Amino acid sequence: MTTHNPAAGGHQHSHHFDSAEHEYESDKLGIWLFMVTEILMFGGLFVAYIIFHQIYPEMFAEGAKQLSWKMGFFNTLVLIGSSLTMALGIYYNQINQSNKAFWNLIATLALGFVFLTVKYFEYASKFDTGFLPGKLLNVETVQATSQNLGMYFGLYFCMTGLHGLHVVIGMVLIGWLAYRTRRGDFNSEYYTPVEGVGIFWHIVDLIWIFLFPLLYLVG
Amino acid sequence: MSQHHIMPLKMYFKVAAGLVLLTFLTVAFHQMNLGPLAGPVAFLIAAIKAALVLLYFMHLKYDNMTNRVVFGSGFFFLMILFAFSYVDIWTRIKAFSTL
Repeated sequence: MTTHNPAAGGHQHSHHFDSAEHEYESDKLGIWLFMVTEILMFGGLFVAYIIFHQIYPEMFAEGAKQLSWKMGFFNTLVLIGSSLTMALGIYYNQINQSNKAFWNLIATLALGFVFLTVKYFEYASKFDTGFLPGKLLNVETVQATSQNLGMYFGLYFCMTGLHGLHVVIGMVLIGWLAYRTRRGDFNSEYYTPVEGVGIFWHIVDLIWIFLFPLLYLVG
Repeated sequence: MSQHHIMPLKMYFKVAAGLVLLTFLTVAFHQMNLGPLAGPVAFLIAAIKAALVLLYFMHLKYDNMTNRVVFGSGFFFLMILFAFSYVDIWTRIKAFSTL
């Protein structure tokens, strides 16, 4: 493959790569390594959840009862929808239909916004009723049976907060992709950034897939 | 890059439908009050959903062996973290502290 490839929509692979394919494979490997660090970052919180849940099952059940599983359920469907539109954003870029790719990316962005809005209402109601993390939770005000209920909300806010932060970062990246798709940067020969951000967005969905039953249902 | 595998459009919708179905199943099992089985069942369904996302949405099914092994190693290290934390808590803190 020559360095200059007009079919690649002006994208030229960096000089330290043999070919565009070499660049693509290296980028993908980097993204997967990044995903490993993501799994391990959230993994620490999941390990804490599983161990403490086994020690204090009643306390976790009491905490989970305070959450609205319907809101969590709705948000799960929203994220599945956003994962689909993200995947289609990649798909349409792969087959040179950038207009459809653009609108799927915009839909992904909109669904991310819906997710955060629901999350905002959930957080607001927890702040109002005093279900705060750790020592901030006053056992008497919220009339908690478990003296250490703050631990459940500590885990709840850490896990969903870290996840929410990922949603925000993902949305910024998807906005950037939509802009570049509009500009015509991507085509069947070059769509690496869309694929990379897509993998990131899907891991955010994947983590929520575990958070929903663990925090809202099982408790 | 034209040799990259492009998944047919239908597959994306099928996978999404599967994910929605499994989400409903999660809630249905929750309503049944399975008691001690509730946790493992919810976790199992979540694992199936995660596998669907990984294989199809994240294209891991069509990816090369290196990327699959790299990502799998993440779960391997997570298991190590879990195993040692678990053993530590149950033999030391659970046995000697009121935590």
